Amino acid sequence: MTNQWDSTSEHLLRGLAPQVLGAVARRFRDFSSAEDAVQEAMIAAFTQWPQQGVPDNPRGWLIQVASRRLTDQMRSEIARRERETAVAAETESLTSPAEIELDMDPDDTLILLFMCCHPALTPSSAIALTLRAVGGLTTAEIANAFLVPEATMAQRISRAKQTIKASSIPFRLPSPLERTERLPAVLHVLYLIFSEGYASSIGSHLQRFDLAREAIRLARNTKTLLPNNAEVAGLLALMLLTDARRGARTGRDEELIPLDRQDRSLWDREEISEGIDLLTAALAKGSVDLYQLQAAIAAVHDEAARAEDTDWPQILALYELLKRVAPTPMVTLNHAIAAAMVHGPAKGLELLKALDRDPRVASHYRLDSVRAHLLEKTGDHQAAIKHYRIAAARTTSIPERNYLITQAARLAGD
Amino acid sequence: MKYILMMNTMKAGHDVLNWPKKDFQAHIGFMMSVNKELHGRGELVSAEGLSFPDQAKLVRAGKDGKPVTDGIFPESKEFLAGFWIIDVDSPQRAYEIAATVSAAPGPGGTPLNMPIEVRQVMSGPPPEML
Repeated sequence: MTNQWDSTSEHLLRGLAPQVLGAVARRFRDFSSAEDAVQEAMIAAFTQWPQQGVPDNPRGWLIQVASRRLTDQMRSEIARRERETAVAAETESLTSPAEIELDMDPDDTLILLFMCCHPALTPSSAIALTLRAVGGLTTAEIANAFLVPEATMAQRISRAKQTIKASSIPFRLPSPLERTERLPAVLHVLYLIFSEGYASSIGSHLQRFDLAREAIRLARNTKTLLPNNAEVAGLLALMLLTDARRGARTGRDEELIPLDRQDRSLWDREEISEGIDLLTAALAKGSVDLYQLQAAIAAVHDEAARAEDTDWPQILALYELLKRVAPTPMVTLNHAIAAAMVHGPAKGLELLKALDRDPRVASHYRLDSVRAHLLEKTGDHQAAIKHYRIAAARTTSIPERNYLITQAARLAGD
Repeated sequence: MKYILMMNTMKAGHDVLNWPKKDFQAHIGFMMSVNKELHGRGELVSAEGLSFPDQAKLVRAGKDGKPVTDGIFPESKEFLAGFWIIDVDSPQRAYEIAATVSAAPGPGGTPLNMPIEVRQVMSGPPPEML
């Protein structure tokens, strides 16, 4: 018995990937080989199911195929060793596909997530491995998303797997204490995926894989696995409340449109209301963290029908909280903007002075671009032009540079 | 983040043509092993060597697209000999790779200490948050 392959099937297949990998890795106790075998099973499904239909038990089908691949591989590995050493005792330790129960432990996906976002991995390896093992993306899709050759991405993934193997991280659910310790790393990886997707959704790379959507999907799945965790909910809310403005943040020539000049009718109302609901529920749980606070700030912006309706005193209060939770220079910078909106640009400029001595941000373009913006508000156009130009020379983002050059030119032409 | 590492050589530096075979082979072997290492770490986006400046043409807007200058341009002291585009986790890692290739062996195995220009490849802006 099979079912018709349709537009939802691909989604189904991707959702199954981490469950299948979890089940196979648990049985064979070899994450790295299991991962390869599951990828092969996924490719087999992608090529066979559209023609032959989706099997009644798609997860079982994938586990079977992956296990068979893995068993074959182990057999030939043993055969090779036998030829070399004439030792033939290990065949018995093989698990045959028939012995693989087609059950699934709901925690498998969670184990995978914690494993892929392990602090032993560099951010780029953790991202690549998470997208492949938990997201079920192919290496080609991940390579496309990061605009690197597929072979390069394959190496990155394979190195990440080796790192996991070498560090002998056990394939088991972290204890509640370990989970609390390691959750920030998981959330950070998901946030980085979103951030990369958001950055790359501007520009001439229209064919790139949509990482922002993928990050939202992964965060949603994580929320399902950890339903009572307020930090996960806060991160998902932040993603939704930011992504909601995607359609309005660029103009016809892909030029950046700042928040206060965006056409708010283009904002995605559904994403906003989902984000606000999530955030409200998360905040009701008591403690506030970095993501919840950022989500709260995004929500205040999203709730204003017009830029001039923005509740800046509330945003200022939220930045003051954020300064305590995460005292980073970027928070100080944004805090200065909010203070300027409430108390006038002179107040904002005064707060920026503290950052001139901070080596982490003193030569960062954002400091100059905010200063230029505030100087313009005070009416000092010459100084504003100077700082817009310094910022334009320092940014590493093309849309941002174009925006800043345009601002300087606009004032210079006054 | 992506970086381009540009390997500049002096115009006068045609001397590679006269290197002893052993030294030249060591140089090529070094470059190959660097590329292999970068690929193995999943950091290599591309690596290209460029033909000698003798082959270069200078083109400017014009009716027929005919090169206006052949070969070596008198105003340039240095030429781009090749470049790498790498995708790494930090600027420090980019500088580290640049320092490695800078020390490629020259005649007698002495490090060349070539100047390597490191420039970040532009990307999109991050979300309006931290």
